[in-house]
Amino acid sequence: MFNMIDKVWIIPALMASSFLVILFFGKRWGTRATAGIGIAAVSICLMLSVIVAGNWISRVNHPPAGAALAAEVLQANGLTPQTGENIAGEVNAETHDSGETVAAGSHSSTSEATTEASASEHGGEHESVPPVVRTVTWFQIGGMEFEMGTLVDGLAAMMLITVCIISLLVHIYSTEYLHGDVRFTHYYAFLSLFTASMLFYVLSSNTLQMLVGWELVGVCSFGLIGHWWEEKKNTDAALKAFLTNRVGDIGLILGVIITFFAAGGTSFNVLHINEYALSQGANTTLLLLGALCLFGGVTSKSGQFPLHTWLPDAMAGPTPVSALIHAATMVVAGVYLIARLYAVFFSGLAIGSSTFHYVAFIGGFTTIIGGLLAFVQTDLKKVLAYSTISQLGYMVMALGVGAWTAGVFHLFTHAFFKACLFLGAGSVSHACHHTFDMREMGGLRKKMPVTHATFLIATLALAGIFPLAGFWSKDEILAGSASGQDNAYTIMLIFGLITAFLTAAYMGRAYWMTFWGDYRGHAKPHESPKVITVPLMILAGCAVVLGFTNFPKSFFGFKLPGSFTTRFEHFVEPTFAFPPIQHAPFTPWLAIASTILAAGGLFVAYQYFEKNRGPHGLTSRNKVAMAGYTFLENKYYLDELYTGVIAGSTKGPLARAANWFNQNILDGIINGIGLGARKIAAVVYVVADQLIIDGAVNGSGQGSEGAGQLLRKIQTGKVQQYASILFAGAVVLAGVLVFVV
Amino acid sequence: MKDFLNSWGISLMVFLPLVGALAMLVVPKAKEQFHKVVALAASLVVGFIGILLMTNFDYDASGSLQFVIDKAWIPIINSRYIVGIDGISLPMIALTLLIVPLCIIYSWNRFPEPKNPKAFLILILILETGMLGTFVSQDLILFFVFFEVVLLPMYFMIGVWGGEKRQYASLKFFLYTLFGSALMIVAFLALYFLSDPIEVGGQLMHSFDMRILPELATGISTGAALWIFGGMFMGFGIKVPMFPFHTWLPDAHTQAPTVGSVILAAVLLKLGTYGFIRIAIPILPSAAEKWAPFIGLLAVIGIIYGALCCLAQSDMKRLIAFSSVSHMGFVMLGIATLTTFGFQAAIFGMVAHGLITGLLFFVAGSTKDRYHTLDISRLGGMLKSMPHMGWILGFSVMASLGLPGLAGFWGEFPAILSAYNPGLGLNVAFFRVLMVIAAVGTVLAASYLLWMYQRVGFGVPTKEYEDDPHLHDVTFTEWLAWTPILVLIVVLGFMPNIIFKVTDGAVERTIAIVNGLGG
Repeated sequence: MFNMIDKVWIIPALMASSFLVILFFGKRWGTRATAGIGIAAVSICLMLSVIVAGNWISRVNHPPAGAALAAEVLQANGLTPQTGENIAGEVNAETHDSGETVAAGSHSSTSEATTEASASEHGGEHESVPPVVRTVTWFQIGGMEFEMGTLVDGLAAMMLITVCIISLLVHIYSTEYLHGDVRFTHYYAFLSLFTASMLFYVLSSNTLQMLVGWELVGVCSFGLIGHWWEEKKNTDAALKAFLTNRVGDIGLILGVIITFFAAGGTSFNVLHINEYALSQGANTTLLLLGALCLFGGVTSKSGQFPLHTWLPDAMAGPTPVSALIHAATMVVAGVYLIARLYAVFFSGLAIGSSTFHYVAFIGGFTTIIGGLLAFVQTDLKKVLAYSTISQLGYMVMALGVGAWTAGVFHLFTHAFFKACLFLGAGSVSHACHHTFDMREMGGLRKKMPVTHATFLIATLALAGIFPLAGFWSKDEILAGSASGQDNAYTIMLIFGLITAFLTAAYMGRAYWMTFWGDYRGHAKPHESPKVITVPLMILAGCAVVLGFTNFPKSFFGFKLPGSFTTRFEHFVEPTFAFPPIQHAPFTPWLAIASTILAAGGLFVAYQYFEKNRGPHGLTSRNKVAMAGYTFLENKYYLDELYTGVIAGSTKGPLARAANWFNQNILDGIINGIGLGARKIAAVVYVVADQLIIDGAVNGSGQGSEGAGQLLRKIQTGKVQQYASILFAGAVVLAGVLVFVV
Repeated sequence: MKDFLNSWGISLMVFLPLVGALAMLVVPKAKEQFHKVVALAASLVVGFIGILLMTNFDYDASGSLQFVIDKAWIPIINSRYIVGIDGISLPMIALTLLIVPLCIIYSWNRFPEPKNPKAFLILILILETGMLGTFVSQDLILFFVFFEVVLLPMYFMIGVWGGEKRQYASLKFFLYTLFGSALMIVAFLALYFLSDPIEVGGQLMHSFDMRILPELATGISTGAALWIFGGMFMGFGIKVPMFPFHTWLPDAHTQAPTVGSVILAAVLLKLGTYGFIRIAIPILPSAAEKWAPFIGLLAVIGIIYGALCCLAQSDMKRLIAFSSVSHMGFVMLGIATLTTFGFQAAIFGMVAHGLITGLLFFVAGSTKDRYHTLDISRLGGMLKSMPHMGWILGFSVMASLGLPGLAGFWGEFPAILSAYNPGLGLNVAFFRVLMVIAAVGTVLAASYLLWMYQRVGFGVPTKEYEDDPHLHDVTFTEWLAWTPILVLIVVLGFMPNIIFKVTDGAVERTIAIVNGLGG
């Protein structure tokens, strides 16, 4: 297999060219060609990504050693051979005894410390494998060269494949879903641009580059949410998404700056920053600040409380976009950021030694917040949107409690079953006159068997039912919270368990409302064509099997051979510039508890929504229940706070006040000075010029009258105004210089 | 070739526009075609000479002045004709050389009332001489002369070809800037008299030579230096314009003809920031250090204040004008940090703002031509009526809000970054507060720009303009004038080193002077 890992930049570049071609020729060549170009480009990207993943797997199996490793390490850190010679030698020496557990010594080199840490963690299981970093000079400031490049490791390779698969399926699905749309070419152009930006983002070798990718995916999201921009509702949603993300971006920008300076102010390189964060003398206060600022960006991009409010509104965009951008890929950019800069978060928040901190709490809190809101939605897509918020919270919480692999694994599995649910919802809507209102659905299981089956599988996967993908990843998160690092993260565990119940219940509600009972709408629902159902089947298939990629070492005492268990962890979890984390083993009681909760949730939903049992009408009888319902229906009043109070007062009173100040005070002063100068000038003219000087001139003889006339002409009108100001200014400053200084 | 460029290149480049203007002066104004062709040819030849200079420029020595001409000029006060190009002036010259021909092309068949292409184009050419001259001058008096040469053509441009309130706006522009200039020349004179004399032809004389003044000015007492810096601050700060001396700008922009707005935003404002980097700070670094917190504060107030004012505007052009106040705030913040990062950000920001805001004004002008109004509440659905124009407006909006991957980002981000670690003995905590506030400004920038775009670009056309035949999409001359800017915004966004690499040497040298003499 040829080595793609060195030339991985081709992948985003390919999508970028696809964007340009569609942008400039799409209209001329027609819709078929447009979709064809996009699909072809993503397909090639997917194949190349698979090759990259293959390259990475063989690299993990046959890690570089000796001089080759030393050279790689230098390159990974963005160091030049001159400055890095010491490190090279030491790493070289160090990797030979990576099998032993080396006590943390007083070594000075940071990269060495990391190599030790990961080596000791893995206890000789496999050696430290540095990511493959390839860079070129990006720009130069103050004699320092800053680089741009690609970083490939297991995490990046996993993301490449995930993004490419879902993007490909969405490309295919959209040919039918957006058939006949007014802006078909624009849509495909943006899809390509989005895919390019997302791939660019996941391959970034430094934080600044990540910032670029981060914003570019944001713009694509903006453009696609506002795809039908004739309607104000859609453009409002697009603006809300962009602006809310901008608020978070303040944090991201500051976080990038703080981590840059914390790590010495010479490089934005991700590994360099991670290594600094793990080094002995790292400034943990700065790291904490940096981590919290970065988390500001995560909060908006990955829909964490309290900046999650844009995500449900973003459903105004076409459904395949919601699947790709607002469920599977872009919204996990924040989670990816934490995973990528994990050392910063790990050291900054002291994940290893605490039982509670901001990031883990917000993650856990968001799971509940999102889960509860999903109950009061009547719009199927919005149920899924709040579910996404909730699941993103799960991932953040997992990273927060130190369960890195669990969080990233959940990102991976969630991408597939959530995309399946969104595309399934799209299929339903496609059949029901483009409505997403569940009150106008019902009984669709017979009319749309394939959509129904795939939706059911994905629902069960999301609910975490054995043996579907969600079961494995969610379970790892719970196990990770239960064991933590030094101590258990008990509160997060409770959050996680509650959410396990909530997830199953609201998904059950959505499922029964949509597919069971009698059809309540006015359309004639029918199964969607193959272009739509085949992607659904593929995604449902993934939801079934992908969980096994990280099969635990021991499952209720059942043990598979080592080369079949925890493969995901083995290949994806970094071993270089990565904090020493402990992996929670499979925890039987938790697995049973969470399964019971999930099954309970489904059962309750079934009883309540399908069988119509339970306390119906409670909200109209009980004041507390009513208040709770209203509170949820108004989305905790956060929108009122943001749109009404914050945005409203900025756009309204504050901006108006600034403008008033500008027009009346600042400009008033200027106009006043001008007017005053003119008045003084008039006085000067009448008194000094006409009476005294002119009098003298007149007296001096008739001959000079001509000159006086001329002078007067010059002095009338506007010219005197500036002359006097100029003169006055010059006099004041000259006086100051002469007398004061 | 190299010899020729060394002895004549810069002078040719600076004065050729005037030659073109002179040629046009003797031809009657009825021959419009002749005037257009001559003006365009003159600006293109100037551009060509500029390209020759740039290709012969030694980029490895971008820190030192090149193509220097040093000739006696006014011997009695030892003011000399000294011109040269280094890494700091080069991008500004390139920007000027690009914008002027684009403006002439754009105007080709759409001269604003009262037409008269002859006079209009002559003014543009005089402007070009003034702008280029300012960027190459290495003598304070020469600099001042060119700095002032710019003033009059712009005054006439606004006053004659402007909108309804052109009289007020042009006068305000003229007087306000002149007021600053008056203080600036006093500061220059004080600097001249208080700095150490040098020996010229056997006798001791003071000097206006910007190359040696940092050295000569070290003897000036702290108090005097502070006042002198203050004079320069007024001169340059008004031009930038810095809060609270910006109020001439919205009026000038709103009233100016399209091309006037473009040149004003793209190049004229930069004369001020350039003055800070080239003259005020390197010559009086210790005074700059004292002034820097104040400048930084005003810069950040400008960022937020300008953005808030934008949110309150109902006129598209006025909104863009206020956005300049906000954007130039980032440039000034970078300068106030007295660091390489900050200066680099400032210079990049100057070029980026020139391109992006220039483009925005172009589009606003074309919008006005078609809709005959810029009242945001009456516009709407541009994407529907004129898809290409709508896209270009959307693109410039994204560029203007500092989107990474486009040019604007590289002026904004490094400026914010530089405030984390300000230079010399500046108060770190204070500048970090400024950094955070500046970062908040990026949200406001997105708000007002997208708000404007939502109302102008998105939606459906209002009743008034539903079937208006005047709403035709981008014309050929517009494409011709805009394409280079569009391309550059993307290219610079992805390859910022095109500018950073050129300016780096010169900025490092400047900062070295500041660090060596100040503190």
